[in-house]
Amino acid sequence: MIENRPWLTFVSHFSLLLGIGVVALPVWVALVASTHPSSAFGAGEIPLWFGDQALENWRSVFLGEASSGVDVPVWYMMLNSFIMALGITVGKLFISLLSAYAIVFFRFPFRGACFWVIFITLMLPVEVRIVPTYEVVANLDMLNSYSGLILPLIASATATFLFRQCFMTMPGELIEAARIDGAGPIRFFFDILLPMSRTNIAALFVIMFIYGWNQYLWPVIITTDDAYYTLVMSIKRMLAVDQGDIEWNHVMVTTLLAMIPPVAVVIGMQKLFVKGLVDAEK
Amino acid sequence: MNLWQGAVLMSVYFPHKKLPYLLVLPQLVITLIFFLWPAEQAFEQAFYQEDAFGLSREFVGFDNFVYLFNDPQYYKSIWVTLVFSFSVAFSGLAIALWLAVMADRVIRGKLTYQTLLVWPYAVAPALAGVLWWLLFDPSMGPIALWLQYFGVDWNHFLNGDQAMTLVVISATWKQISYNFLFFLAGLQAVPRSLIEAASIDGASPFKRFWTIVFPLLSPTTFFLLVINLVYAFFDTFGVIDATTQGGPGVSTATMVYKVFNDGFIGLDMGSSAAQSVVLMFLVGVMTVIQFRYIERKVEY
Repeated sequence: MIENRPWLTFVSHFSLLLGIGVVALPVWVALVASTHPSSAFGAGEIPLWFGDQALENWRSVFLGEASSGVDVPVWYMMLNSFIMALGITVGKLFISLLSAYAIVFFRFPFRGACFWVIFITLMLPVEVRIVPTYEVVANLDMLNSYSGLILPLIASATATFLFRQCFMTMPGELIEAARIDGAGPIRFFFDILLPMSRTNIAALFVIMFIYGWNQYLWPVIITTDDAYYTLVMSIKRMLAVDQGDIEWNHVMVTTLLAMIPPVAVVIGMQKLFVKGLVDAEK
Repeated sequence: MNLWQGAVLMSVYFPHKKLPYLLVLPQLVITLIFFLWPAEQAFEQAFYQEDAFGLSREFVGFDNFVYLFNDPQYYKSIWVTLVFSFSVAFSGLAIALWLAVMADRVIRGKLTYQTLLVWPYAVAPALAGVLWWLLFDPSMGPIALWLQYFGVDWNHFLNGDQAMTLVVISATWKQISYNFLFFLAGLQAVPRSLIEAASIDGASPFKRFWTIVFPLLSPTTFFLLVINLVYAFFDTFGVIDATTQGGPGVSTATMVYKVFNDGFIGLDMGSSAAQSVVLMFLVGVMTVIQFRYIERKVEY
């Protein structure tokens, strides 16, 4: 603090509290809405304080007893979301650790070509090439499957790029020392490189998990079988009724359930999250 | 980070012949199948006209592009995209900068404030849209009822501008957290001695901000502007699809939404592919701008 200006300090705290309030407002209303019977909505008003149906609503939505337009219960879609998010995260980390390792620590013919083929994907999000990607996945007979949900979203170079940056900062003496001690490339990878990139891997894990969990367009397009629905995309199905018939209490329970895992990750691992965010976009 | 340094050499490396190929193989295969093949298909399809059942197609040259750029609907979607993206970017940046400046000032509870402001980053865009829809629902949303009480006839299902406002609010809400973190980091990197010197010279906090802090933040601001535009272009599909589905009419149908809509709902594959190609070109330009800028930042 350079000078003491009590009034400005008050404005600072006030602005921040106001900001927090506005940011939290929709979640507050959603929480309140999730505790009322569906008859409480549509009467030209929405309840602003908690009702007594909380347990009932959350339980019936979670177990799939509430009508939702989807044939599988919410816990099952949550499982699908976890499988997809973890699949994308682990898959991306796996392929990008290996390819970054090859590109940084080996010299081989066509290394430059490999580099460019991989890095050109930095430029195109899946949303842009959605129709042809769908056709390719349909040709490979991977519609309505976990591999169809996961593999196309792994095709991105952000993680590879990041690991390449991280590996390039490692001192060359490390490899020399490892080689003098008789360690081969595989041993070097597992015993030196992996432990040294632990924090980077963890930070990236957090970001990728959120990215994977929140996928919407891709699952909407390639899943027609309810058994492969993810939680985030199921919201579309629940809203696909006449406007007056939307069961807001159930929709809000689903929305909140779909938010909880990634939000918990951000809050619980804030340090890693911030690091991952800054690294990934630098 | 510097993308164009493809040839940077590690001074020491492993002399293996086959192992490196094995290591890059998984990523190469995935990239070829799920990236290069579809991209190539998009390019090819952009030059063909396919019938609605996908049974036959004929080569039509640049007809799809000619048609696209003579279609008033396409210009409308470009306009919608520009309005949407710049609204999201500017409101997101302004609010986040304000909050970050305030958070940079406080001594107590900085981390708590940060925690309570960054969590919306983790909310899926589609869910953000649904949350705000509830608040603005014309028949029972608290904010909509409140607006109606004051004589604003809020109904985003009928009014295109109001629908646009709703998707902009939802998309901005989610992005504030991201901008806030980067602004806060940028503010903390401003040398304290500069601020102290200015305040000894009698500059007010307001003046100090505009003459010292804001100019020093400009690299961060520009970087965030590009990132926010990319976000508004591509990552907000869920917001639009869950709340307005591009409507009413086409008043919230952005370019990305139109690619999806023409391809999967309208089944006009040729036009959708041509639009994909145009978007790929746009992303390419944005990426080059981004990297050019980042290279400069490294030299700073």
